[in-house]
Amino acid sequence: MYVEMKHINKNFGSFEAAKDIDFGVEQGRMVALLGPSGSGKTTILRMIAGLEQQDSGDVVIEGKVVNDISARDRGIGFVFQNYALFRYMTVYENIAFGLRVKKEDKRKIDDRVKELVKLVGLEGMEKRYPDQLSGGQRQRVAFARALAPNPQLLLLDEPFAAIDAKVRKELRGWLKEMISKVGITSIFVTHDQEEAVEVADDIIIINEGRLEQMGTPVEIYKKPKTSFVAQFIGTSAVLDDFSGFKGFENLPKGRQAIVRPEFVEAFKSDNEKFKSLMHATETGIITNIAFRGSYQELILKVNGISLTANRSLERRSVKVGEQMCVLVYRVYVLADGDTEIHKNQLLKGIDIEAL
Amino acid sequence: MEKHNNSEGKFVPYLLIGISVLFFLVMLVFPLAEVIYRSLKDGIEVYKSALAASNTLSALWVTLIATVIALVVNTFFGLCASWLLTKFEFRGKQVLSTLIDIPFSISPVIAGLAFIMTFGRVGWAKPIIDWFNGVFGTDISFVFSVPGVVLATIFVTFPFVSRELLPVMQAQGSAEEEAAAMMGARGFVIFRRVTFPHIKWALLYGMILCAARAFGEFGAVYAVSKARGKTFTLPLEIDALYMAGSSDSITQAFAVSSLLVLMAIIMLVLKQIVEYRGKVMEE
Repeated sequence: MYVEMKHINKNFGSFEAAKDIDFGVEQGRMVALLGPSGSGKTTILRMIAGLEQQDSGDVVIEGKVVNDISARDRGIGFVFQNYALFRYMTVYENIAFGLRVKKEDKRKIDDRVKELVKLVGLEGMEKRYPDQLSGGQRQRVAFARALAPNPQLLLLDEPFAAIDAKVRKELRGWLKEMISKVGITSIFVTHDQEEAVEVADDIIIINEGRLEQMGTPVEIYKKPKTSFVAQFIGTSAVLDDFSGFKGFENLPKGRQAIVRPEFVEAFKSDNEKFKSLMHATETGIITNIAFRGSYQELILKVNGISLTANRSLERRSVKVGEQMCVLVYRVYVLADGDTEIHKNQLLKGIDIEAL
Repeated sequence: MEKHNNSEGKFVPYLLIGISVLFFLVMLVFPLAEVIYRSLKDGIEVYKSALAASNTLSALWVTLIATVIALVVNTFFGLCASWLLTKFEFRGKQVLSTLIDIPFSISPVIAGLAFIMTFGRVGWAKPIIDWFNGVFGTDISFVFSVPGVVLATIFVTFPFVSRELLPVMQAQGSAEEEAAAMMGARGFVIFRRVTFPHIKWALLYGMILCAARAFGEFGAVYAVSKARGKTFTLPLEIDALYMAGSSDSITQAFAVSSLLVLMAIIMLVLKQIVEYRGKVMEE
């Protein structure tokens, strides 16, 4: 493990920002700390950096306990949320700062800065000041500046929060590519699950100062360990009792069930493709249709329960009030500290994936 | 100027300009012009001799000493206090922030009297000063002496620098300092390279206000300074000349006053330049 957090606790007055946080990050991995705002993810990042001191527990970097080593001596690169570029320095000066502080040779500094400016694609902008740059360019400068002193670990606090939605997607790809090119171990904080799934090798989900789950994006999506994770990842409906639904009669009583839009299929009764599954469907009425760009989101009332289903725009059009056949493939059922997947009993022996 | 379509809107700016100019003329321009006129009324020779009088020179000297020391001390203190109040969290922060403003709200005369009570013959700090003088063979006294004048001046000008710095440093936050620290920079380097460029115009502006107030201070200094020609500052000297009552001494009072007016105008011009430069740099 390259970075290890061992039983970290941190309070701000009566607010618990970190409760027994314990995880390790392997060298060369890109890890996302994902959680809603106020969950304590930024505090965890700042404790790794040394900008915040934990109340108890150890921060270990490269096998060395760094609790008593100040932020400036940990040799970590940090990209701040709003980049915190030095406003009164040019792009060149910003990137050179960390090297100047180390009293590096002038020629060496110049070479390194030029190399980084080229790497992040800001040639010709060396003499500009931060307020003469776009959001994306500022992020590039912040990234280059953090990398200049050759840190072994890079921390990024909401690296895309200050950028508008359109450029954000583009920059995500760019950043992921850059980081894998440089090969640096990195941890970034985000509240955006899409961002975490797209950029990170591993995701750590934080809620109310606790670590909920750590794993690859696929693991987290397919096997959520806690109800929080099941609800936080993807858009999910939480239902108090689902055992009244066809095919789910033997669900354990009194347990909450979580249904994702991907688990739900809605089709018209004359549909040819789903003919063989007709016996497993319930009848639902469309109560709302929302356009989501590349697909439609249908809200269906089934047995008094509201379910969400996504529908491709390529399929036949539907309207509010229309009666549909609703099929639920599977649901998550919450058990203490874990979730179980329950499949629709009536679909036994049918190869759903081939549909 | 903002354009208004209604007729009232057209009229209001002119009315406001009229009131402002009238107020400005009556309260500032006429009195100051009067000072210059009176000081030169009996000819340039009288003016020169008034300025060259030993009492005047002594007062000018004391004023400059007090101003320079107050400026240095309060700049240092102002930087420390604003740094502390904006970059750190601690208990009693609000109280400290309020305490800094005390000189703004307290009458300077009371400040002067408080110094007499503290350092004077019956003051509680007197034994400490006596002890100090005994050990080091010095003859320092804070009452009715130049150090007392300096102390009183420091007291009344103490909030100017920090009041100018606080909002600027508050707005800046500490992200840039943290970024510098993450790159291995130490306290002083961070201050010099990151913090200082942000605050330099505000600092200079605060220093100018501090200096302007320092050499104009009357009340606090009046309480602790009683020896004309030794511990008097310019404002006290002017008062003494004026109070003497002869027409000669009144002319001299105006001549010395013109010196203060001149210093004030220099400060005003400096302030304007600094304000302008600061704004240009912001954009």
